[in-house]
Amino acid sequence: MENRTRESVAAYEKVLIARSKERPSVRDYIQHLFEGFIELHGDRLYKDDPSLTGGIAMFHGIPVTVIGQKKGKTTEEQIQYNFGMTSPEGFRKAKRLMLQAEKFHRPVITFIDTPGAYPGMEAESNGQSNAIAECLAFMSAMRTPSIAIITGEGNSGGALALAVADRICMLENAVYSILSPEGFASILWKDAKRAPEASELMKITAEDLKEYGLIDEVISEEGDVYDSIDMMLTKALEELMRINPARLATMRYQKIRSLDKAAGAAYRKGAADERNSYQSQQQGAAGQKGQQL
Amino acid sequence: MSIKEVYSRKKKSWRSLIKMRERGENTNKLEREDSVQSRIREICDRDSFKEMFRTVDSPDPLGFPGYETKKKRFQEKLQQSDACIAGTAKIHQKKVAIGFLDGSFLMGSMGYAVGEKITLLTEYAGKKNLPLIIFSASGGARMQEGMFSLVQMAKTSAAIEAFKRKGGLYISCLTHPTTGGVSASFASLGDIILAEPEALIGFAGPRVIEQTIGEKLPEGFQRSEFLLEHGMIDKIVERTKWRRVLNHILYLHGIERR
Repeated sequence: MENRTRESVAAYEKVLIARSKERPSVRDYIQHLFEGFIELHGDRLYKDDPSLTGGIAMFHGIPVTVIGQKKGKTTEEQIQYNFGMTSPEGFRKAKRLMLQAEKFHRPVITFIDTPGAYPGMEAESNGQSNAIAECLAFMSAMRTPSIAIITGEGNSGGALALAVADRICMLENAVYSILSPEGFASILWKDAKRAPEASELMKITAEDLKEYGLIDEVISEEGDVYDSIDMMLTKALEELMRINPARLATMRYQKIRSLDKAAGAAYRKGAADERNSYQSQQQGAAGQKGQQL
Repeated sequence: MSIKEVYSRKKKSWRSLIKMRERGENTNKLEREDSVQSRIREICDRDSFKEMFRTVDSPDPLGFPGYETKKKRFQEKLQQSDACIAGTAKIHQKKVAIGFLDGSFLMGSMGYAVGEKITLLTEYAGKKNLPLIIFSASGGARMQEGMFSLVQMAKTSAAIEAFKRKGGLYISCLTHPTTGGVSASFASLGDIILAEPEALIGFAGPRVIEQTIGEKLPEGFQRSEFLLEHGMIDKIVERTKWRRVLNHILYLHGIERR
């Protein structure tokens, strides 16, 4: 029991670390990892979503498209960036930039840090569902390499929409979940205060998700985090850029298709067990029958 | 209760539903409780529906307290493995791959089983060159399965996208309610998106939005009519007209009787 409490603190502590304003933002990552970044604005339909940055930059001589969510550090910034909650316009901008990246054979690198897609009236009127769905469907099939890095908090469809990549990575202290632990606790137990307990149950830490095969790589935050990301990106790009784009899309489909293999395996094992027990029951019954006869 | 009794009860409730509609009453809640079986009877040719992937079941990957028992209860009550029923059927003798989400099974939420069945159905439709029709009714992702449930959005969307890129016709039919992870994935990706009158369709639920903005939502917000006005769906279809409208769209796509 004591052990359990400690673990629950650990998972929730990670949530708090992941949310900390002290952590680098997408602007810091862009500044340290790339050169010559030029930001591109707007979704060409309605407006520009300031909570999502996108543009083109150089990574060790390779042009790449960079897309990232920002939360803001000061109160003013937070309000400007809507606390990192992406609007439909943001997802449509992301999709537009990915389409552009595909055209010019640029790899796409996404930095994910969001409490979730924005649940507001305007977002609903402008088709939040449609924007998320279109973005993740396109990303799943685009013919150019993609790498997603969850750097802070990656919640709900708002994070997933940018995370359907050839390589899905997480910083050691980042969290990636279906919903914030507070939201999860209030939906299932009608009590947001049980968030620490929920965060333990939900399996949202990088370590847990790696074990389940839901992500590919955990990036260590010990030492210089930019160096670690740089190394990961260099290695991944070298591997991915060698593959034919059409083949890459097929491989990505297979990968997404089997992201939940851990759950599938549990199900298949359960089904097999059930079959076995059914068979042994049948055999047992037959045996009994034989005896009776 | 025998299957026959269930059927007759459902039939009766459907007749009274139409009467309520005629009186101008809101029948959404009742319709959600109405079974998928009666929908199948209304839309597909008699006895043409052949269920597939019947045994796909959700695991309990997080070991969520009480989830297994709760699911078992629904499985026994509804005699189906999860909130999705998928298979092939004929509509005026045109063969289609068709799937239904069942809002009465744990709010029609999408966990491993629902995502897997939709994906399998989509892949099957692609392989056999069949048009794909999916009726959605869902509260969203199934919380009890955590991240495994979130990635179903990616899995189903990827399958639909691949199917569409190969030239397949996908008609998405939205019924009350279609929200959260289902509306933000395969349900919003139809070549043609149809919706039933007054169905609640959106990303966030009304309660969440009210909490966010701190005020009450206006009447009719996130309903089918609202979505039509905002350009998010192609057409509103009355429940009694599904068969006719779907047949017409299939006809316009050159789908032939076989």
